[in-house]
Amino acid sequence: MLLSLSIFLPIVCGLVLLALGRDDQVKAVRWLALIAALASFAVTLPLIGGFDSSTAAMQFVENQPWIERFNVRYHLGVDGISMWFVPLTAFITVIVVIAAWEVIEKRVNQYMGAFLLLSGLMIGVFSALDGLLFYVFFEATLIPMYIIIGVWGGPRRVYAAFKFFLYTLAGSLLMLIALLYLYFQSGGSFDIQAWHQLPLPLSTQTLLFFAFLAAFSVKVPMWPVHTWLPDAHVEAPTGGSVVLAAIMLKLGAYGFLRFSLPIAPDAAHHWSWLIIAMSLIGVVYIGLVALVQQDMKKLVAYSSIAHMGFVTLGFFIFNELGMSGGLVQMISHGFVSGAMFLSIGVLYDRVHSREIAAYGGVVNTMPKFAAFALFFTMANCGLPATAGFVGEWMVILGSAKYSFWLGAIAATALISGAAYSLWMYKRVYFGPVTNENVKTLKDINAREFLMLAMLAIAVLFMGVYPKPFTDVMDKSVSHLLKHTGTSKLPVPVQPAAPAMSESPAQPTAN
Amino acid sequence: MNNMNWLAVYPEIILLAMTCVVAMVDLWVTDPQRRPTYWLTQLTLVVVGAMHLGYFQEGATVYAMQGMVVADPMGHLLAFFACIATIVTLVYARPYVASREMLKGELFTLTLFSMLGVSVMVSANNFLVVYLGLELMSLSLYALVALRRDNANATEAAMKYFVLGALASGFLLYGLSMMYGATGSLSIPRVFEVISLGEANKSVLVFGVVFVVAGLAFKLGAAPFHMWVPDVYHGAPTATTLLIGAAPKLAAFAITIRLLVEGMIGLAVDWQQMLIVLAIASLLVGNLAAIAQTNLKRMLAYSTIAQMGFMLLGLASGVVNDNTLSAANAYSSAMFYAVIYVMTTLGSFGMILLLSRQGHEAEEIKDMAGLAKRSPWYAAVMTIFMLSLAGIPPTAGFYAKLSVLQALISTNNPLYLGLAIAAVLVSLIGAYYYLRVIKVMFFDEPTDSSPLGAPADVRVVMSLNGVAVLVFGLLPGGLMAWCAQAIVKTLAT
Repeated sequence: MLLSLSIFLPIVCGLVLLALGRDDQVKAVRWLALIAALASFAVTLPLIGGFDSSTAAMQFVENQPWIERFNVRYHLGVDGISMWFVPLTAFITVIVVIAAWEVIEKRVNQYMGAFLLLSGLMIGVFSALDGLLFYVFFEATLIPMYIIIGVWGGPRRVYAAFKFFLYTLAGSLLMLIALLYLYFQSGGSFDIQAWHQLPLPLSTQTLLFFAFLAAFSVKVPMWPVHTWLPDAHVEAPTGGSVVLAAIMLKLGAYGFLRFSLPIAPDAAHHWSWLIIAMSLIGVVYIGLVALVQQDMKKLVAYSSIAHMGFVTLGFFIFNELGMSGGLVQMISHGFVSGAMFLSIGVLYDRVHSREIAAYGGVVNTMPKFAAFALFFTMANCGLPATAGFVGEWMVILGSAKYSFWLGAIAATALISGAAYSLWMYKRVYFGPVTNENVKTLKDINAREFLMLAMLAIAVLFMGVYPKPFTDVMDKSVSHLLKHTGTSKLPVPVQPAAPAMSESPAQPTAN
Repeated sequence: MNNMNWLAVYPEIILLAMTCVVAMVDLWVTDPQRRPTYWLTQLTLVVVGAMHLGYFQEGATVYAMQGMVVADPMGHLLAFFACIATIVTLVYARPYVASREMLKGELFTLTLFSMLGVSVMVSANNFLVVYLGLELMSLSLYALVALRRDNANATEAAMKYFVLGALASGFLLYGLSMMYGATGSLSIPRVFEVISLGEANKSVLVFGVVFVVAGLAFKLGAAPFHMWVPDVYHGAPTATTLLIGAAPKLAAFAITIRLLVEGMIGLAVDWQQMLIVLAIASLLVGNLAAIAQTNLKRMLAYSTIAQMGFMLLGLASGVVNDNTLSAANAYSSAMFYAVIYVMTTLGSFGMILLLSRQGHEAEEIKDMAGLAKRSPWYAAVMTIFMLSLAGIPPTAGFYAKLSVLQALISTNNPLYLGLAIAAVLVSLIGAYYYLRVIKVMFFDEPTDSSPLGAPADVRVVMSLNGVAVLVFGLLPGGLMAWCAQAIVKTLAT
């Protein structure tokens, strides 16, 4: 029940807000949204408390028939890989509601409602154990995000909204074919866990692997299909950017762990060089691209791509350090990138410019805010004792274990990360006050202080004491690694037995 | 098979009788709103629809009129949906036609006659009955398009529809006569027997099939026989467009099943190839041409072409390697697709009716601008329709596409797998222009700030329509099971 509640409480609240809210009762709408977001967060907390980290099995499982004709089931559950993303999503939604408090003035109920809907749908993606259910949630998240970017976005919002929608849809339609193919290969089941056990020949695995790659690499996004992200980030309203960076990108990375690796392990091993290469290009090249950006949001967007490159790199070097590192990086990036976009939002709300050149010397007028921003910038470049450090360090260690040079190249990202983050910080915050806009800036108010402080605590906590996070993942990660280490190629057919030709389908029948 | 079985055709008899009654009653109606005629028509459709539903749930297959018609679950289910579609159409259409001096008795009589034609087609068991139903429906529709006879566009559309429609009927009739020549019978089961015995001359049969498929493709509006669709959809008064676009598509689907599957499944290899070509052409033409449209009705017309292409893919995947195991799955998926398509089309054209008012046709895409501000609820409902046409979950259109795709993939044949991939990639193009409508509604500022003037019954039915598309998107199981049940029982006899 807990997972259903986590999914449907925000969705129902979002629908109520959409139905009842009007712009002449903005205050009530805001409070209602906040209460809904807090309640939705509260119902995810028992997941953390009740999670048994000594097993890799699915927990909080719900399993009901949904569409009997295709044997689709309403099957939910979380393991160590997905568990943390449920409360993380709900937490970020709370932050987004607070961040929008006075900033969003038109169609407030639609804005808040869309984010609540989005929150429920994304939790659905993380907890779905049925292929079709996953797909429905995965696709449905596009709709509120499309509206959010298009209605409350910047000047090129329409272009960005379309690009976002069509890019993602293109990838996921191929995934749909893969899901249907698996449905028939497994003898009529959409059960993801059954698919994990399904033996498949290498050629099939390769096709499936690339179909999933199409969907998830766009979502992550990996170089070279990342181009929608800077557009979407720049044009989206602050809340949209926060959710996009903090949660939505993780849907893709999560998909690799839930689908690509366990369903097509042999193809994953076979093609790991490709993913590693794409990730490294992402980490190194996109890091350099970030360095030359003039627009703060674009800079952080590129830095997101580079950080997500670490995640995929960690997954495809097939050792425990790398994979847990990737997962930790996903969570920490959720906090840090969210915080970075919020900081930009704070400035943008006051000056209405995202150009780095429009600022300078902000620290003189907004000291409290500058302190927060410094902390998050440090986390973004992976300073020890912040959340950003843990994941990146684990992945770099893991890759060094895999191959020294791989580790060495990945480590250069720490330098470029520090370069673009700190250089931006220097240009925006340090130095003398450059213009009238900056001179009249007011420091953050209690609301902004609250939301930044919440994130800062999370970032610090995760940096200093990552154990609760890694403990939860441990069993599931080693289970997944063991699973992906075992070949799923069908056992060669015995020559004398014609009936054995059907053997690939048999394990699922059990 | 050789008795009359009047009971099985009661719905049609009632429909015919009531059509005559409505035509008569209207002569004495003085109310300019034609309320007695309207309500009598709706009552008739409700009663007939309920009877069809009742018969469907009995699930029996009865041959009636000496084997000329067959009353089976598929026929009843499609007739039931056609009744619902017509009822909804009339609700949407009434205020529109009233404000355009088209609210005459003929509207109702012709609508009922076209419904009767649909009814006859869905339960035809004989080539001539198919043709009879088709002409009854088409002739009523030609007249309905021309109902506004002082409107140049409508007259042109009616002319075009009539000439091309007659040509298509000619094709179909020619093909059927070929089949008759080769098999010596007009009765569909007999034709099936002769073909499966392999006694008929194959080349004559194939020749006949080509013409039959061409005639059907015209009625479905599949490329390259699609030229009339955009012009007629655009030119006809929107109320009539809805009448053309909804129930007749179900009828066209039904006669495709009756003729190609029940009669000529033995020639499946031949007609499936043609259907595949038609499907691909329709998907491409429909989706690409729709991008360039600025008129919403034209855009939806091209989208119809593409949607029919998708449905044809379902029909084309029934027989693989001479194996009919997947037939029931394929045809029921196509049927589900057709039903969902009609449901969504009703809503999207209905929205044009809802937004138009005296002297203003809200048929350009830009007329939708800022609908989210003028009326968030109807903007949301229209969004559901557009997403459903684009096949995005959680709307009914997603499951329609899903069921066709699974039918293609279940064949486990590389050709069909390739078709499935092509179909999803082309539907990506489709997503663009559906999204554009959502964009116009949500992202643009309203150009027209007048309040929506639609009466309460239109609003309620429109809302129910939108909710239905969403609910069938969340819980599609029941409707899918109905379609599967109907097709399985029909194929079994």
